[in-house]
Amino acid sequence: MHFHKFEKIWLIFGIISLIVFLSIVGVTAFSHDHHPSGGMDTIDPEKIEQTAPFDNPGVTQIDDDTYQVAIVAMAFGYTAPELRVPAGKEIIFKVTSKDVVHSFTIDDTKVNMMVVPGQITTRAYTFEKPGKYLILCNEYCGTGHHFMFTEIEVY
Amino acid sequence: MIALQDRKLALWYIAVAYIAFLIGTLMGLLQVFIRNDKLQLPAWLDYYQILTAHGVLLALIYTTFFIFAFFVTGMSKSIGTFGPKVRLFSWIGFWVTLIGTVLATAMIVAGEASVLYTFYAPLMASGWYYVGLALFVVGTWISSFALIGHYRVWRKNNKGELSPLFAFMTITTIVLWLIACLGVVATVLFQYIPWAFGWSDTINVELSRSLFWFFGHPLVYFWLLPAYIAWYVIVPKILGVKVFSDSLARLAFVLFILFSIPVGFHHQLTEPGISNFWKFLQVVLTFMVIIPSLMTAFTMFANFEISGRKKGATGLFGWFKKLPWKDVRFTSIFIAMAFFIPGGAGGIINASFQLNEVVHNTLWIVGHFHITVGTPVAMTFMGLTFWLIPYLTGRKFTKSMQILAFVQIITWSIGMLLMSTAQHILGLLGAPRRTAYSNYNNHPSAMEWFDGILTSHVTMAVGGSILFLSAMILIYIVVMSMFLSPKAVKVEDQVEFPMAESDKTHTPKWLENWWIWIGIAFALIIIAYAIPLSSMIMHAPPGSEGFKTW
Repeated sequence: MHFHKFEKIWLIFGIISLIVFLSIVGVTAFSHDHHPSGGMDTIDPEKIEQTAPFDNPGVTQIDDDTYQVAIVAMAFGYTAPELRVPAGKEIIFKVTSKDVVHSFTIDDTKVNMMVVPGQITTRAYTFEKPGKYLILCNEYCGTGHHFMFTEIEVY
Repeated sequence: MIALQDRKLALWYIAVAYIAFLIGTLMGLLQVFIRNDKLQLPAWLDYYQILTAHGVLLALIYTTFFIFAFFVTGMSKSIGTFGPKVRLFSWIGFWVTLIGTVLATAMIVAGEASVLYTFYAPLMASGWYYVGLALFVVGTWISSFALIGHYRVWRKNNKGELSPLFAFMTITTIVLWLIACLGVVATVLFQYIPWAFGWSDTINVELSRSLFWFFGHPLVYFWLLPAYIAWYVIVPKILGVKVFSDSLARLAFVLFILFSIPVGFHHQLTEPGISNFWKFLQVVLTFMVIIPSLMTAFTMFANFEISGRKKGATGLFGWFKKLPWKDVRFTSIFIAMAFFIPGGAGGIINASFQLNEVVHNTLWIVGHFHITVGTPVAMTFMGLTFWLIPYLTGRKFTKSMQILAFVQIITWSIGMLLMSTAQHILGLLGAPRRTAYSNYNNHPSAMEWFDGILTSHVTMAVGGSILFLSAMILIYIVVMSMFLSPKAVKVEDQVEFPMAESDKTHTPKWLENWWIWIGIAFALIIIAYAIPLSSMIMHAPPGSEGFKTW
């Protein structure tokens, strides 16, 4: 098979860029823990109210620098009483769904979590600026999908 | 010209494709007006019903039916008239696909299937919707095997010879399609249908999503490869050159079989149930398609330059002016290619692991697929339509039709540029996709999104309206070429099927040894999917009952 000289240069340049690019993504992901949201924990979608941490949804302080926020998503809203968290501390969001697939997406942040029934999605995030942030569902979940939102206050 | 019976088959495929196109684009127009609160739908019609119809009719029905029309015509031309068995199975395939389409569409119209074209469980549509989808896939399989049969006859009669490039590329696309469909067939047959008809109580949601995306990503390559066939085989003929390199063209195509399937997790990067290792592995495999994409880009520009220089162009970029800009068959596809440059770059962003969180399920994604399938693929198909229908009907592609064709592709480009730019920016700001009009109770962040000049609802609506106008011009061209344009009596009026010559003398034989490529494809699939999928089954949480939330 014959490759034109220019094509060789073009492909070698492309493949090297590809390797460099993937290495950067991979190193930041696995050595600096920059993973997208996810997690391997499962839950019985019919017994959410009886299962920790969703038996007590909302904000819980874990230690001086860490807070946990447990949220249950359902058509068309979130069980999340008074979401107030401090800026500059690590907030661990844990979200699950009672019915269909939803998302838990905080505007102006990188928190963009798919919420799948039977699974618990986890994402740690540290807010830098105080303010009121819009939380919305960006996965189609039914007629009222576009009315599914809430707010989190960062102080 | 190819045999009458083969032409008839191709024309039926085209007719269904453009009926789907007509309804699908109308649904698109309605959406932009609902989204800016200028249109209230009657109580019996819902935004998400329209959105489902728009997605299914354009992304699935229009594309698939057009692709088979193109394949039937090209296969008949490149390796000969269909035999009686091939013809019979092609027609059976056509009707089964059509029945599936009608059944699924009827369920959407009846409001029994507002589940969007991804139909994520545990949203539960009527069982007949899934039966419709299954029939659709089975129908395409029958048609695919008919084409494979036709190809095998040719191979048997031409022992030891490589097949013509068009036939090779058609079979590559079909192999890709057959393997890809295994995922959706598995989930629809063993998960959705028993569950929707009540034979099983619950469904394993994460498994169904993963099987869907096993199919969902190669699906986009099933749209793209026929467009690539046009770029590799049709465009050089219009330019007056040969295929740049027969062997590299074949290599690029088989690489697409290998690297378009074991990659579905990059659509699921922000969800639970898949560990980071497997997500990242599939991200790496996803990026491998960049290699055949770069080969394709090189080939395209090589064709342009060689053609330009043949016509006397000098200097580094002189060839650009010598391209046949006045030929709408070329200009349409050139614009399609140009759109694919930002489209492909956007795809790299989407698949970049953690970066995906910024854009996942925002309007950015909607912008992305409108400048990938919505323009590079769709406009290539339009560029083919202009001559394919007259070629099949034996009618003229008249001067006035050519002018209209230019108006059509230019309006489509402008409309798409406006709409997709707005969507990309809105997505970066955070506006979600797949939503009817909403300002989240006048939330200041939501109000901010739509404040810009480019990001206003007006820009999107203007873009959408121009696109619809363009779609209607195309429908007019299709109807004229099918039924009304004057018959081409004189030889010089007859429309040809431009198929470039390809020099196979240096092409190695192993490129057409399908067992190698299918073997490697399955090996990669097993590496990428076997462990995560089996852990989804073994460590499955209690399943979900169905919900009808619309």
